[in-house]
Amino acid sequence: MIRFENVGLRYGMGPEILRDLSFEIGPQSFQFLTGPSGAGKTSLIRLLFMSLKPTRGLIKVFNKDLSQITKQDIQPLRRKIGVVFQDFRLLDHLTTYENVALPFRVLGKEEHEYRADVVELLKWVGLGDRMHAMPPVLSGGEKQRAAIARALITRPEVLLADEPTGNVDPPLARRLLRLFIELNKLGTSVVIATHDIALLEQVNARRMVLADGRLSVFD
Amino acid sequence: MSGTKRTPPPKGSKGPARKTPVGSRLASGVRRVVPKRHVADDTKLRPSAPIVPPQSVAGRALTLVVAIMSFLACLTVGAVSIVWEAADAWQNDLVREVTIQIRPIEGVDMLKEIDKAVALTQEFPGIGSVHALSDDETNALLQPWLGEGLDLDSLPVPRLIQIQVDDPAALDLIQLRAALSESVIGASIDDHSVWTSRLSAMAGAVVLGGFGILALVMASMVLSVVFATQSAMAGNKDVISVLHLVGAEDAFIAREFQRHFLVLGLLGGISGGICAIFGFVVLDVLTRESIGNAGSDQLSALFGSVSVSLPGYLGVIGVVFVVAVLTALTSGLAVRATLAKAD
Repeated sequence: MIRFENVGLRYGMGPEILRDLSFEIGPQSFQFLTGPSGAGKTSLIRLLFMSLKPTRGLIKVFNKDLSQITKQDIQPLRRKIGVVFQDFRLLDHLTTYENVALPFRVLGKEEHEYRADVVELLKWVGLGDRMHAMPPVLSGGEKQRAAIARALITRPEVLLADEPTGNVDPPLARRLLRLFIELNKLGTSVVIATHDIALLEQVNARRMVLADGRLSVFD
Repeated sequence: MSGTKRTPPPKGSKGPARKTPVGSRLASGVRRVVPKRHVADDTKLRPSAPIVPPQSVAGRALTLVVAIMSFLACLTVGAVSIVWEAADAWQNDLVREVTIQIRPIEGVDMLKEIDKAVALTQEFPGIGSVHALSDDETNALLQPWLGEGLDLDSLPVPRLIQIQVDDPAALDLIQLRAALSESVIGASIDDHSVWTSRLSAMAGAVVLGGFGILALVMASMVLSVVFATQSAMAGNKDVISVLHLVGAEDAFIAREFQRHFLVLGLLGGISGGICAIFGFVVLDVLTRESIGNAGSDQLSALFGSVSVSLPGYLGVIGVVFVVAVLTALTSGLAVRATLAKAD
């Protein structure tokens, strides 16, 4: 689904922070992306989400070479990828329900077409009683779950989550992890970037370890 | 690796079944994951709020700017309409009046030539009435310059024949001129073409000037909207970033901004238009009420009734429409241009 070949990344004229990355995210796969803080996990997630361009190498997303496609072609590809960032990126003027429904609105769907789905998913992530609430009054865990629900609502083929448990307590972190596992069982490929060792040890999944700009993959 | 108990790897699960809603498919597997909580009444959802918050797009200041620009544009349209109609009326009056001048020539009986000219002119198609000015009328015309008690026979004064034209299209002035110069000694014809051409040139210049002012006003408004759009986009960076995150294309983002600017343009345009219409009505009433005053009579002599007629009011509606559409289009294009530059 996503393939990297000898990918390198540098910001401006600085040193190369990611070097010779070669790996593949297969269909319905589950992997952790780990490494120390500052190792470049978020940059790699952004490369996977096509919000950064590599300085060298080949990236193929859904069989399309990113160096060959135009900006207009990127957004349809992005709709197949759900992403959860560390800072949630919820819109403060929209309710939890409206934030989760946003991908449907972007697709031009009418509310009656997606309403039941959004309500059900919100209940599913335990936000059934918070769907009218605005993000500023949500707790960190609730925001995290709202961001995850938004990433899942259109059934993406790939889910990228950057430190999805970084703002929650260990029991909630375990629950969120199980949500990702359930999602993966339904066919979505999942990439979770984390440096939380406790989280890694709960699932026997593929590990991609970033250190000194290089990636080691442990299947 | 520690000895912590691990969840079995998820890779072994069977293939996806993507057609059913996410919640339905996952509900059974996840109910045990998420603790059951009180669920609010989801039927009471508010109507979906705009993705780009209206208050962040542009405040009252821009609406006021658009209203003022629209007001000025409507005033220009009204003024152009008044001048255009006045010029049209002058031109019509002049085109319907032609004068024949018979110069005194030694040894020629002028009265006979006048009769000949009158008879010849009446035969031409399109002529309404032909009237040779009598001695008294000629005296009255010359009185302001030459004083009373003038003896026309003692002076070489040319005599005039006034012609009222019924149908300017049917009258062939060139043929009339040729016939007069051939048959009547000392006759020349004045069809006021110099005046009409000057008037139409003046009216054209005023209309052109009006359109120039209109273009400048609209250009200022477009620039204001461009700056306001850029500022609105800067204030909504987070919204744009999230929209990109969920796969929104530039056209979608542009539409979201455009919608707000269309409302703003309509509001400003209508306000400006209403103010201008109010101004026209007040001008009309004041002109009617001041009939008899020297200034008012001068104005009436120049422009006829100083009131904006139907085309002027239709022009105001047109300006309001153009202002709203232009505001929306400008903002949409500005958003697209800014997004394209950002990449």
